[in-house]
Amino acid sequence: MTILQFFLWSLLKVVVVTVVMLLGVAYTVLLERKLVGRIQNRWGPNRVGPFGLLQPLVDGAKSFMKEDLIPAGVYRPLYLLAPILALGCALISIGVVPFGEPKIGPGGLDLFEISNVNIGLLVILGITSFGVYGIALAGWSSNNKYSLLGSLRSSAQLVSYELALGLSLVGVVMQTGSFNLRTIVEKQAEKGIATWNIFGGMQFLAFFIYLMAAFAETNRSPFDLPEAESELTGGYHTEYSSMKFAMFFMAEYANMINVGCVATLLFLGGWTSPLGNLIPPPQNIFVHALMPIFWFVAKVFAFLCLYVWVRGTLPRFRYDQLMQFGWRVLLPLAILNIVGTSLWLAYR
Amino acid sequence: MNPSITSLLQQAVPLQAYLLLSAVLFTLGVIGFLVKRNLITVFMSIELMLNAVNLSFVTFAHQWHAVKGQIFVFFVMMVAAAEAAVGLAIIIAVFRARATLAVDRIDLMKL
Amino acid sequence: MHVILFVVFAGFCLGGAINLLLQSHPINSALSLIVVMSSLAVLYLLLGAEFLAAAQMIVYAGAIMVLFTFVVMLLNAGREERTLGSRAAGIIGFPAVVALLAVLATVLLRTRDLGTAALSQGITSTEELSTVLFTKLLLPFEVTSVLILIAILGAVALARHGNGDSGGNQERTEAK
Repeated sequence: MTILQFFLWSLLKVVVVTVVMLLGVAYTVLLERKLVGRIQNRWGPNRVGPFGLLQPLVDGAKSFMKEDLIPAGVYRPLYLLAPILALGCALISIGVVPFGEPKIGPGGLDLFEISNVNIGLLVILGITSFGVYGIALAGWSSNNKYSLLGSLRSSAQLVSYELALGLSLVGVVMQTGSFNLRTIVEKQAEKGIATWNIFGGMQFLAFFIYLMAAFAETNRSPFDLPEAESELTGGYHTEYSSMKFAMFFMAEYANMINVGCVATLLFLGGWTSPLGNLIPPPQNIFVHALMPIFWFVAKVFAFLCLYVWVRGTLPRFRYDQLMQFGWRVLLPLAILNIVGTSLWLAYR
Repeated sequence: MNPSITSLLQQAVPLQAYLLLSAVLFTLGVIGFLVKRNLITVFMSIELMLNAVNLSFVTFAHQWHAVKGQIFVFFVMMVAAAEAAVGLAIIIAVFRARATLAVDRIDLMKL
Repeated sequence: MHVILFVVFAGFCLGGAINLLLQSHPINSALSLIVVMSSLAVLYLLLGAEFLAAAQMIVYAGAIMVLFTFVVMLLNAGREERTLGSRAAGIIGFPAVVALLAVLATVLLRTRDLGTAALSQGITSTEELSTVLFTKLLLPFEVTSVLILIAILGAVALARHGNGDSGGNQERTEAK
């Protein structure tokens, strides 16, 4: 394969994945509104198109059409940079996520992954840690006390929970001996659900910690303090309107999908089927290529439903409770998990 | 494809380029340390110098195919993290006491 | 490919570092420093240091610089005041800097056999790195962890005394 071909294929993959990701973000919003509606015993959006399926597109058009207000007191360069930074970081990390069998395209090309990186997991963590800046700068440059309070809360929360998030993944990495996301998934493939890291790998404690830290990392309820409407009038994006607000909104949902992808890859066996190699692979080449994608999407979808379910059920934490929970419960538990896993690996 | 483009794509970079970059970055850090008058920016210049030194460590590790150079960078990062935590705590304490961050105004040992 | 990537990201590095000097507001300087650090991470990748590139992103760009921006935001430190520079800096500092750069540049340009760096050559895997770190250099590693513990205690002690408004930054310092 020449360099030119490689570039063209990569460009194609990037475009397709980005479009699918943005559509996924739009329909995650609809999923959340529908599900929360059902939880609260109402219908949710059902006027635009069949079952309200066109609602996200109409919402997007509305955001585009709205007047783009920039308040007088803001610090302009950073005010404009912040939403781009937030959305950019949220969309980049999908680039190292594998979502199908390797080497299936023409000439042994990885059709179902933009790039196979040796340190894929670390890349995702690095990009996630970069996402803090979008929120921090948004709050500071808005020149509004609610925004500043929201962004101070948020950056403290993100940095605190990042620690627990990172440490909860160490157990999985120790078992696999690699940061490569493909290797991590292939290790879990053999017997399906019995060899998934969450069950066969004895990492359910790690999964619990990851789940809690992920809720906090994506600013989702019950840890949605940075944008607590009732106390901060919206937090860091108080001063943002129209498309710039929509970018923050999309970044939040894109981050939810990212977190779901990482959970799927590390704990739930990635693109492999829950039955593992017990059933023979299908003969048809298209079915063979598309089945893994089906499983991957199904797992991420289940994770997103869990997110919405929790949001519809739990009330918000208080700020000191949040910090206590992060530092005094999750962090020691994560370290305990690492010690336990290494003991298990040593004396197995 | 055009052969000149292909040769450009496969050309290697001499390690001197990396070392020169590191030297220039270090010098810019020193200049920042001397010129800037804000305590936080002065501190940032120090971080810039540390980063420049790290780059030359990584370059030499690449040249000798030695892992220890990279591990040294790892240690520098850990020390820099500790230094940043303590340094910024000191800056907060100074700001509370003096209500200024200009290095020229902070010239007394006692309040 | 290596040449193009090197030129682009070395340019980002230099641009960021110069911008750090030119900007008068600390938050702009902090952002330029973030640009420098992220480009350095790419240069580490080019030199085959994968793990260090990730660590550079996570530790430097993602944690240390967040701490800097956080302090700038917290203190709401405005523009830099124009004051007279130190006299020692003018007399000794700048000539010394120029001399340092000159000496380094001459030495580097005279050395001929340093070798080159090309794409996907001499990549250090995380495994090699951790093997050396946790066997031969275990003691320094543990000593560093003690150092970080002391730093945490020091930071908490420094930031804690004072009145009630210290709650936020105390937690933030613990986050380190």
